[in-house]
Amino acid sequence: MAEYIIRNGHVFDPVQGIKGDKKDICIKDGKIVDKVGSSAKVIDAKDKTVMAGAVEIHAHIAGPKVNLGRIYRPEDKLFSCTPTKGMERMGSGASIPTTFKTGYEYAKMGYTTAMEAAMPPLFSRHVHEEIRDTPIIDEGAFPVFGNNWFVLEYLKNHEIENTAAYMAWLLNVTKGYAVKVVNPGGTEAWGWGLNCLTVNDPVPYFDITPAEIVKGLMEANEYLGLPHSVHIHPNNLGNPGCYETTLDTLKLTEGIKAKNKFGREQVLHLTHTQFHSYGGTTWADFESKAKEVTDYVNKNKSITIDTGNVTLDETTTMTADGPFEHHLTGLNHLKWANVDVELETAAGVVPYIYSPNISVCAIQWAIGLEIPLMMKDPMRCYITTDHPNAGPFTRYPRVIKWLMSKKARDVQVDSFKHKDKVLSQTSIGSLDRELSLYELAQMTRAGPAKSLGLGSMVGGLKPGMDADIAVYNFNPEKPVANPDDIEKAFSRTAATFKSGVQVVSNGEIVSNGNKRTLWVSIKAKENAQVARDIAEKFVKYYSMTQANYEALGHHFVPNPFAIEVDATN
Amino acid sequence: MTKTITDVICPFCGTLCDDVEVVVSDDGKKLLEVANACVIGTEKFLHSQEPDRVTRPRLRQEDGSWKTVSYEEAADYTAKMLAKAKKPLMYGWSSTNCEAQSIGNEIAEIAKSCCDNTAAVCHGTTLIAVQDIGLPSCTLGEIKNRADRVIFWGCNPAHAHPRHMSRYSIFPRGFFTGKGQMSRKMVVVDPRCTDTAKMADVHLQIQQGHDYELLDALRVALKGEWLPDSVAGIPAEKIREVADIMKSGRFGIIFFGMGVTQSLSKNHNIDAAIALTKDLNEHTKFSIMPMRGHYNVTGSGEVFAWQFGFPYSVDLTRGFARYNPGDSSSVDLLTRGEVDAMFTIGSDPGAHFPISAVKGIAKVDSVCIDPHMTPTSGVSKLHVPVAFNGVECGGNCYRMDNVPIDCRKVVEPPEGMLTDQEFLTMVLDRLKKLKGVA
Repeated sequence: MAEYIIRNGHVFDPVQGIKGDKKDICIKDGKIVDKVGSSAKVIDAKDKTVMAGAVEIHAHIAGPKVNLGRIYRPEDKLFSCTPTKGMERMGSGASIPTTFKTGYEYAKMGYTTAMEAAMPPLFSRHVHEEIRDTPIIDEGAFPVFGNNWFVLEYLKNHEIENTAAYMAWLLNVTKGYAVKVVNPGGTEAWGWGLNCLTVNDPVPYFDITPAEIVKGLMEANEYLGLPHSVHIHPNNLGNPGCYETTLDTLKLTEGIKAKNKFGREQVLHLTHTQFHSYGGTTWADFESKAKEVTDYVNKNKSITIDTGNVTLDETTTMTADGPFEHHLTGLNHLKWANVDVELETAAGVVPYIYSPNISVCAIQWAIGLEIPLMMKDPMRCYITTDHPNAGPFTRYPRVIKWLMSKKARDVQVDSFKHKDKVLSQTSIGSLDRELSLYELAQMTRAGPAKSLGLGSMVGGLKPGMDADIAVYNFNPEKPVANPDDIEKAFSRTAATFKSGVQVVSNGEIVSNGNKRTLWVSIKAKENAQVARDIAEKFVKYYSMTQANYEALGHHFVPNPFAIEVDATN
Repeated sequence: MTKTITDVICPFCGTLCDDVEVVVSDDGKKLLEVANACVIGTEKFLHSQEPDRVTRPRLRQEDGSWKTVSYEEAADYTAKMLAKAKKPLMYGWSSTNCEAQSIGNEIAEIAKSCCDNTAAVCHGTTLIAVQDIGLPSCTLGEIKNRADRVIFWGCNPAHAHPRHMSRYSIFPRGFFTGKGQMSRKMVVVDPRCTDTAKMADVHLQIQQGHDYELLDALRVALKGEWLPDSVAGIPAEKIREVADIMKSGRFGIIFFGMGVTQSLSKNHNIDAAIALTKDLNEHTKFSIMPMRGHYNVTGSGEVFAWQFGFPYSVDLTRGFARYNPGDSSSVDLLTRGEVDAMFTIGSDPGAHFPISAVKGIAKVDSVCIDPHMTPTSGVSKLHVPVAFNGVECGGNCYRMDNVPIDCRKVVEPPEGMLTDQEFLTMVLDRLKKLKGVA
């Protein structure tokens, strides 16, 4: 493999504590090294910003509901098609780009790792086919557990060992990465058209509460010692006053300790926090409770969060929170798609337009920015748009602009139709904090990598780590004249390296890279009861046989990267 | 000694049964018996063993006779045809696996062709309706475990999807449906008294072509509003009775087929059916699902969607993906005479397109990739027989509810025969050279 030296860039690396010093970064055999030979190719990064490749902790980019969005929204393709160009395959879609376009867009922004946030286990083969067709970026996928019948039945009796054994089996057969929970219990209730809106609402028939599900899953997750923690989308998403449910969910972490060999410290990751930080009782007195939520998170080190920033675009919402999407179509009367998945989960899709002329949307925008600006530890708060729910991931540069520039925020607030309401219902006007590039590197690189248990592999520039590197046309020594320059600089890298291969040069794709599928391979204790339960459920209740359930074979995972977990002790 | 292979997937219809058992000879070359499959599925497996099967590509000669050619020559012909054509049409894809579809899409991108699958003459109208109004649906196991109201509208699973009712929709005893058939009410809407209709608790023998009216009348009945004495030949009391049956269930499902998608009003029928399903969700839980025909037509739509953004009738001739059914759909392209090369794989437009469109195929250079001799191979210039997907090679396929199931190889293809994937890879390599693509 070619050797590279990235010369004289301003390096920002939270893993080594480097805050903009001029340094050379050397690449050899796909890894970052101390030095390379004289024949190494030189990339001149003078007056540029150098960071590790960014890590996406939560996006919906591959799988059945994403593709349902593509199928049922031809309008999303209007003016967003890109032609075949060199080695770039053609692409289309704005809020739900095709797989090729997804890979290219991430790489062009300097992202090299991304996690698909919700994989219905029955559809794992579909998710992996799409991951295979997403070039360049390393990807993993989180199977959903929060409404799974096995989990509900085991946790009803607090059987942690059995839950863990099932979890290990499911992660292995679906080639999954982490334990995702979406509206615990509520999505199973949706099988009957019902929902669970608090952590204490019992799940119909199964007679268990969301609180018991979440707590049990966290215990099982730590019992196995998985790289990532339980990754939760709590109950009651998106409703005025939902922050109380969020706090009730976060309190479930009390007393649970992280146990793993991957350097992860949290036991729960709260995703798209913006959607869960609403106060008020109706849409009329809707207000921000970002302070209440971040106060709690700031105090409790066992929690990490991501933001879920609203970007004020037309987009396509999609979630395994089936009842929420039904509720949403009732609010905006746009087309509603739903898929209930036997024994496991459900999903819904509804287009949504976050209009700057609607006060609720503008307040949502403000809350999304308040959260990272109120978080004291940037290593525990990560930037996402919950792509495509709050906005497409291609808007990250704009979110970065808002976070790095008070001026940019003020311009946006001034342009809102209901500016006064935004200022009275949130504290966005009084937040003067502007994120530094170092904090940005924490929120988009080192932080999410650590939370995912990948902290020793990606998200940093320490010798020995994967050579995933982004070079931006941004000179940190020069004052920013116009905040839009920030957006522009982070939209297209000068160079992106993925595992030591240069994939982007001056914003253009120059290689399709060597994409890998990240998954967690667990060696677990044999558990005859769970094996028997699995066999029985397939014979009686699944619509396919157990022998055909696994995502097995080269055409699903052509380039796997398994993270080994030994849970036999 | 013979070997029994279990958990085999049946590559016939969208039901994609995966519990078939196949007995093969010890050397794995002969397929001897098939168990658990329906008659059509069994025949599909056994058919591969016919001794008179075409096993090498055949090129039509000037005098109308066939000349046997090698796969290399066939791939050359195909690549040259696609390289030369200004607007080739690559149609079919519904009876092959997703890996072959993927390679085909790469070929289509280089050849700047129109891409389409059999949805164009089947459930394409459903897709248009879904793009209008959405689709509340579920997987087939949900129906097995929960459904107590099952509506078959314009479809006849007893004949077209023979194991659908026994595996998923009417007979199985699921988690919340322990009494099987006894726990379900079955309604069939069909102008004919089909074998499915004969099993129904209620058969609405609708006046042909009046589905839209009846669907709307059911929506009216749900709201308890005024109805005329009869709609679509069904008395108002009967409509109210069926509306009550639907409303009173805990979990209901509407399955619909070609009777509504390709009869008068087409996508508007499906619009109304989905709107009815949406309305029912105000009262109880209801889903709706198209009865997809070919075993992997759903997969073709999925692969098109994640690679190009649209589920069928995709036009790549401008170098990026466009979608405009009626303009970019196969029958229309062929009848307007816009196509200057025809590539067919895994389907039989010769038997199912209007004759004006089939004439369009006969007029241009054409390739038909199909294990069988079909009306399409009959009008094509080159016929490339390939191994049976799902019998002689594996590969991923999508069931009618979009659940992916990986097909299995159970028996060796005749000596020297290629799979879809292998032949398409040869074409792709040649086309890249012809077009100078890296």
